[in-house]
Amino acid sequence: MSAPRRTLALAATLSAGALVLTACGGGGGAGSDGSVDLTMYYPVAVGGPLTDVVDDLIASCTEENEGISVEAVYSGTYADTMTKAQTASRSNQGPDLAVLLTTDLYTLMDGELIVPLSTLDDDLSWTEDRFYPAYLASGQAEDELWSLPFQRSTIVQYHNKDVFEEAGLDPEAPPTTWDELEEQAATIQDSGAAEYGLEIPSTQFGNWMFQAMAIQSGVEDTAGVDGIVDYLDAPGSVEALEWWRSMTESGIMPSGTTEWASTPEDFLQGRTGIMWHTTGNLTNVRSNADFDFGVSILPANTQPGSPTGGGNLYVFDRGDEETRAAAYTIARCLTEPERAAEWSMRSGYVATGPEAWETDTMVDYAEEFPQAAVARDQLEVAVGETTSHENGRVSQMINDTIAAVLTGQAEPEPALTQLQSDIDGVLAPYQGR
Amino acid sequence: MTATTPAARRGGRRLGDQAFAWALLAPAFVVLIAFTHYPIIRSAWSSAHGRNGDLGTAQYERLVQDPVFWQVLRNNLWFAVGTVPTSMALAILMAVWVNNKLVGKSFVRLAYFTPTILPMVAVASIWLFFYSPGIGPIDQVLSALDIPTRNWLGNPDTVLPALMVMMIWKQAGFFMIFYLAGLQNLSPELEEASKLEGASRWYHFRRVTFPLLMPTTLFVFVVALTDAFKIIDHLFIMTGGGPNNASNLLLFYIYDTAFSFFDPNYAGALTMALVVILGLAAILQFTVLERRVHYR
Repeated sequence: MSAPRRTLALAATLSAGALVLTACGGGGGAGSDGSVDLTMYYPVAVGGPLTDVVDDLIASCTEENEGISVEAVYSGTYADTMTKAQTASRSNQGPDLAVLLTTDLYTLMDGELIVPLSTLDDDLSWTEDRFYPAYLASGQAEDELWSLPFQRSTIVQYHNKDVFEEAGLDPEAPPTTWDELEEQAATIQDSGAAEYGLEIPSTQFGNWMFQAMAIQSGVEDTAGVDGIVDYLDAPGSVEALEWWRSMTESGIMPSGTTEWASTPEDFLQGRTGIMWHTTGNLTNVRSNADFDFGVSILPANTQPGSPTGGGNLYVFDRGDEETRAAAYTIARCLTEPERAAEWSMRSGYVATGPEAWETDTMVDYAEEFPQAAVARDQLEVAVGETTSHENGRVSQMINDTIAAVLTGQAEPEPALTQLQSDIDGVLAPYQGR
Repeated sequence: MTATTPAARRGGRRLGDQAFAWALLAPAFVVLIAFTHYPIIRSAWSSAHGRNGDLGTAQYERLVQDPVFWQVLRNNLWFAVGTVPTSMALAILMAVWVNNKLVGKSFVRLAYFTPTILPMVAVASIWLFFYSPGIGPIDQVLSALDIPTRNWLGNPDTVLPALMVMMIWKQAGFFMIFYLAGLQNLSPELEEASKLEGASRWYHFRRVTFPLLMPTTLFVFVVALTDAFKIIDHLFIMTGGGPNNASNLLLFYIYDTAFSFFDPNYAGALTMALVVILGLAAILQFTVLERRVHYR
């Protein structure tokens, strides 16, 4: 090989190596012209083309706030988004703003990835007017507000009115207690109107469903406001899990575990007469059901109740004050009543505060589609979703135990006792912090 | 300009050649080091740290006492035992079948190979539908035959076998290609000789064809065994390792530990376990088994 060609080849190989090493770039930061470029991660956990809706909301906010541009990155499921946000942040490539589960709060705090909003705004009293207290509470920890409610949900009960009619039940009177629920589900199944009377998903967010049942059985402090989970071996929790299993055994629910994602599908196909699911699926069910359906608050055992759910807007700590301030501006803008109303109507998530429900469009919407207001009404008896340190591991452990019991591998009481002591072990380093 | 001695010139030239050789090797080295060696060392290093950052064997003690780790390991071994021999046997069968003179041979080959060209995630989605209770084709066939249906992926007894069936379906066609290539390399005279000697087809296969295919078999075995430990994609789509870890496999558990639980030190210890297992498998295969392989 001649010398010039050799030099060329050498240069090519070296630059190829350099390319590999510098392949990861990007990220936000202040631009040279004084404008701020933000990166925002957001997940979509329900059906429908929601990315368009998010893009529209962001566009209207950047229009209102000149000098800020936002790159909105759709980042998969909630779990994917959390993984991406954490991994990227650790290599300093993370988002400036992200929509993440409220249950991730302690994990984000422990990783020192987010900033409390009081560092960005001296007066946060506006949040009390804008958001329902149940939603605001799940952004609070250690006497600080850490996130703004955005894509919020709660569990509601959907029922197929056609199936109710066929089974000889009153379609306008869905069950309000556990006993009624079991009775009606059995009637539906016996009549052959649907294959199953009821489906409650037990994978992925099984812990959320379980928390609902525990609240309904009178268990207190299921939210874990101090980042510690300690309600699992309470008598009400045991009763809840026993009830859940009894329904898989009697066959009014499918045996074994039931998939989170396939439950709405089964409901839409008429395989189950009733399902418990997130309000986030409301728009999906509304546009795809070829039957009349009703939405009601979850039935009571000793009391009615449901955990709240969904995601909040978190401002990440990227070490640059200007970026953080801009991220906060955009977050605040996205939660404004008009936008919250639009987001709610186009997604099915619950509008996060009274002001949003009072907008003209939302008033019309609620009148035309009263099912949407059920979740709002349920907020009065709602409790924050269980959140804890090491949330990923803890919720996985709860889900594993639920699966073990529902598939007949374990008995509810000993399994929950074991679970609580295992979780105590995991959370021991955080006790009394 | 003073003339350099021939020896010095040769030396300079050799140095230049050396540099050139290293430069050519550099890209591969950079990639290999950045994405293989460095991560392994890094995993080993982080696995040697406890929760509060001090050096020690805490992570390995935890590993030994972790029931989920042992269950995942057991699952993985069963998964390998369930998929590797079956898919290899099927692969040979299909290869012999499509190697014969057969009407529509290309079509059959293509049909066998189709599962291989599908991405794993697509395969997982398809099989998720197959297995979905009630509406899936499998349950529909079963209920048409009045056989009781099952919640295949929601039941700890059936979830792992259900995944094995999918894996065999996906891989057998891929391995068939190697066997087909191996078969076509065999000289047709061998078969003629067997015919002249009056050997049965089965005898010919057992005593001539199969031994000659041993290099292919070793190769396929290595690939299949490592694949059984590397599989992860379908778990994201189909089961998430559940119910209650019944279908959780080692790599998925490592992923969960590292990225869902954000416990990089323990994930490092789990990774070292995987490295050791794959290392042992490689040593076994290339020392013990290779001696029994007949190369031409």
